[in-house]
Amino acid sequence: MIMQKILFIEDESALQKMFGDALFQEGYEVVSALDGEIGLRLAKEKQPDLILLDLIIPKYHGLEVLEKLKSDESTSEIPVVVLTNSEDMTDVQKALELGATTFLLKASYDLDDVLDKIKQTLNELE
Amino acid sequence: MKMGRTFRSLFRECDQYNIPLMQCPQFLFVIMGTLIVATMISIYALGTQFFSDPYLIVMVVCGITAILFIMSFVITRSFERLAEANRLKSEFVSIVSHQLRAPLSNLGWAIDFVMSGRAGRVQKEQTAYFQILKENSSRMQELVNDLLSVSRIEQGTFPFEKKPFSMTELVNDVVEEYRSLVRAANIDLKVNTQGKGMVNSDPQKIRQVISNLLDNAIKYAWKDDEENRHNRRVKMSVIERKKDVRFEIEDSGVGIPERDQKHIFQKFFRSGSVQQHDTQGSGLGLYIAKSIIEKADGRIGFESEESKGSKFWFVLPVKNK
Repeated sequence: MIMQKILFIEDESALQKMFGDALFQEGYEVVSALDGEIGLRLAKEKQPDLILLDLIIPKYHGLEVLEKLKSDESTSEIPVVVLTNSEDMTDVQKALELGATTFLLKASYDLDDVLDKIKQTLNELE
Repeated sequence: MKMGRTFRSLFRECDQYNIPLMQCPQFLFVIMGTLIVATMISIYALGTQFFSDPYLIVMVVCGITAILFIMSFVITRSFERLAEANRLKSEFVSIVSHQLRAPLSNLGWAIDFVMSGRAGRVQKEQTAYFQILKENSSRMQELVNDLLSVSRIEQGTFPFEKKPFSMTELVNDVVEEYRSLVRAANIDLKVNTQGKGMVNSDPQKIRQVISNLLDNAIKYAWKDDEENRHNRRVKMSVIERKKDVRFEIEDSGVGIPERDQKHIFQKFFRSGSVQQHDTQGSGLGLYIAKSIIEKADGRIGFESEESKGSKFWFVLPVKNK
């Protein structure tokens, strides 16, 4: 069985490790990127099934990464789940306008809730 | 053109800090100055009719005008400084809260991760301690969220997105969410609704208000006497009226002493009657609730008697058809 691949673009290594382990245990392959530039490169190279994207990351702002992903033919179809602490309404609106599938506020979700949302998004695509 | 621009830029700061025009120091200074000059001209005009030496009157009037002008300038300057200090305080709270938020959510997730057994088997004795960690990190998160809401309310950046929704449905949703807590607290909860209660407001924010009021009602629905131990009641109602929809929540709890009633919606205020039993809580919930209802063009209030219980209510204008 082929494992579904998730690209996690997040600059906090503690979160990378925790989500990496949790998603791996749920049966997903996780590819990590600590900044926007690496994230964009890995999205093209690895062609993940889903991208989990933080907004406050080095090199590029998350919204710029999202815009570039959606404007590139090779990555435009990949669903992007935004997972961030930014509660700015303009960020939420912009992210959804740019084509993000869901916008999750870190403080409002338990770990299991986030994992459920990821599973749900991937299941809807199948 | 240039004068118009200067005039508008004079009040831009007040606009930026969300201070109403009638409380804007610069605007008040202009009004006070105009009034002082007009009054002095009138006094001079009247004085010249009754006194023989107009030069003396000119000197006196100019002297008083100058003193009053300086005084009003000093007063408005101190207002400005107070407003600036308040703004800096709100910004400080906002920055600190934002910086606390990320590590707190990471902490909460890490605890979830360990407790779920994903990092290895957790022993029974350890679970209780992880539970303590989880509860305390949740409490800190709630406090940070409340502080952020307060700072946004004060800066005028509290997001509020209006859309039509049914108050009855919203109340039923909240009740469902609290069902297990209500059962655990052995509370007899009754919900009485009349009509759909359609309003045009921010459902997320109104949900926050209802949750807060229900949370308080559950927390304080008990009394000390043994007789009432099994008689804890909370009653919620949605009443559709001609021009508005009224929400009520009544408890049979500790009530609010009369001396505390006028402070109950103030920031960080906690009534003496609740502090005797519950030392937790920031005293921000009702302040936030009031701010939300006011932002929704509604009204909020309460009736309460110590040891008998409280009834909190709010009204929201009906959705225009």
